[in-house]
Amino acid sequence: MPMETPESTPDHASAPVNRSLSPEQKRRFLSDMLRIRRFEQAALKQYSGGKMGGFLHLYIGQESVAIGTVSLMGPNDHVITAYRDHGHALAVGMGMNECMAELFGKATGCSKGKGGSMHYFAPDKNYWGGHGIVAGQTPLGLGLAYGLKYKGLKGAALCFMGDGAVNQGCFYESLNLASLWSLPVIYIIENNHYSMGTSLNRSSAFKSCLAERAEGFAIDWDLCNGEDIYTVRAKTQEAIERAHQNSRPTVLEIETYRYYGHSVADAKHKVYRSEEEIERYKQNHDPIQRWKKQLLGEGVLTEAQYDEIDIAAQQEAEASVQFAESSPLPSEASILEDVYYEVDHGTAAGTTGRHFFNN
Amino acid sequence: MPLITYREALRHALSEEIQRDENVVILGEEVAEYDGAYKVTEGLWKKFGDKRVVDTPISEAAFIGMGIGASMLGLRPVMELMFWSFATVAWDQIVNNAGFVRYMSGGLINCPIVIRGPANGGTNVGATHSHTPENMLANIPGLKVVCPATAYDAKGLMKTAIRDNDPVMFMENTLLYGEKWEVPDEEYLIPLGVADLKREGSDVSLIAHGRAALTCLKAAEILAAEHGIQADVLDLRSIRPLDEEAILRTVRKTHRAVLVEENKPFCGVDAQISSILMEKAFDELDAPVLRVSAIDAPAFYSPKIEVKQLPRPEDIVPKVLSLFS
Repeated sequence: MPMETPESTPDHASAPVNRSLSPEQKRRFLSDMLRIRRFEQAALKQYSGGKMGGFLHLYIGQESVAIGTVSLMGPNDHVITAYRDHGHALAVGMGMNECMAELFGKATGCSKGKGGSMHYFAPDKNYWGGHGIVAGQTPLGLGLAYGLKYKGLKGAALCFMGDGAVNQGCFYESLNLASLWSLPVIYIIENNHYSMGTSLNRSSAFKSCLAERAEGFAIDWDLCNGEDIYTVRAKTQEAIERAHQNSRPTVLEIETYRYYGHSVADAKHKVYRSEEEIERYKQNHDPIQRWKKQLLGEGVLTEAQYDEIDIAAQQEAEASVQFAESSPLPSEASILEDVYYEVDHGTAAGTTGRHFFNN
Repeated sequence: MPLITYREALRHALSEEIQRDENVVILGEEVAEYDGAYKVTEGLWKKFGDKRVVDTPISEAAFIGMGIGASMLGLRPVMELMFWSFATVAWDQIVNNAGFVRYMSGGLINCPIVIRGPANGGTNVGATHSHTPENMLANIPGLKVVCPATAYDAKGLMKTAIRDNDPVMFMENTLLYGEKWEVPDEEYLIPLGVADLKREGSDVSLIAHGRAALTCLKAAEILAAEHGIQADVLDLRSIRPLDEEAILRTVRKTHRAVLVEENKPFCGVDAQISSILMEKAFDELDAPVLRVSAIDAPAFYSPKIEVKQLPRPEDIVPKVLSLFS
């Protein structure tokens, strides 16, 4: 049975990083979360309609984590995540159009139809994917931090991972190097309590929480409730400051919950957990409803404004479906593009010797 | 021209590239303070310091993956694997991340990393330390694979590999580290994808890569001295990209080919070469293409037996003679 985390304390709302927020910024977070939700609901509908292949791992229920953390990024802060990557992609500023088109496998997709749902990238927005192998991105996040430090830049690498990734070896190897070399990486464990169909208590041994495992590596760690943006931002800011000021890593575990299965293909997600549990989260812990209530209470949002924001998100999502639908498929010739930089650029290296071996 | 060892040639290449490009950084187990498990990086840490030459813990999955991540940000890490055998614990990072990140991002990200180290049998260290994974890694579109046989080639190819914007898997050989060849003082580069005709003949083509190319040179001397057969010896140098033209050129000249490698036979590099010859030189061949590979079992420990597991001149000569019977 997943733990239900307590309400955030007023301290988090009054943290400096939150006190300085303008009403516009607060409404923007609402809009950003609704955009993720409406985008994914539209994607789910199209997936069910047979418009896309492969897997679709939905982020719905976890939106406050991506929005809260990414909202703190500066010019030298970078993001990398696993395969449940739509939320982070929209959070860093990728457009719904290229994201939806990627799901449709179209040439206008963010990866030209070569990556799919699990492999979104936008290096121009400091967003390094979108990685399909559980925990495979954890050494890469370390490398982003290493690169920042090597170049003398004051930045951080926010490396997201699920609770299912914490038992992979390369994560621990990465923690060791992060601490040993004082690298500014922040491992953010989005603990939605299920690694596919296996609950946290059936998959992971721990004392008080997963992040506490960092203790053995002399890495600072923290645990927080992810349903409230103020809390997420207050806790993430501490980690970012630790990275920026002291070049030290953090493991930050953020409690959250996904409403849908591991992927849409996960037919048993109401078997390994109860419908009541899902309903309870939707009713009592929904990050969007919670933030809405918060902003209504603060007097910086009206019901009419909420509806306007929500309708805009729905319209944007619907337009992205139209964009994806009407976009061209990638050409068959593009299968052999983007394999090698040197070949794509027609350099001497790319035109010397045989690179591809079909008859 | 100065005679220097294979390891010195590699060291000179690393040293020159560290000085040429501030983004080049050497990382690996024992590469810095210990001066390199096989002394390839000897003296580089003293010369260039902690930032450019970095000792890692024994933690291949993390440090190889870390190098890949850093290369995405524009660094040019040269990562030493003490043995290429240890790539098995970093396989996900090498294949899925170095190999595929460019493709899956639709060309938005490159990975200009070099992963280097010895990949050979013949040193009596058993199966876990004797892998020759050039065929496995050349099977991954997105990766490049290089296997230099001489000090000259090692230096020229290493400098090119570091400047290449794609991930290059650079496979050396501990049995060659102490061997000497002539290497000029002046800077030179050897392109990837260009084979080297190391001996000219007219009767048969011996096609090989890595140390097997040297074994072929020895076999060619025996064939010439004892049997009056003159062999072309073509050293592929680079597996992917592959110099297909050079392969076809030599076979069109001699009309006979024996393919030699220290790789295992099943799906080995020479299986690919063989397929190319079947497809593109079928009418040129006066005899079947034959292969000499490592004997198809995990690497044997016992020194007096292991030496027989890898191709020797005496394994190559009868194969060649069989083409003329």
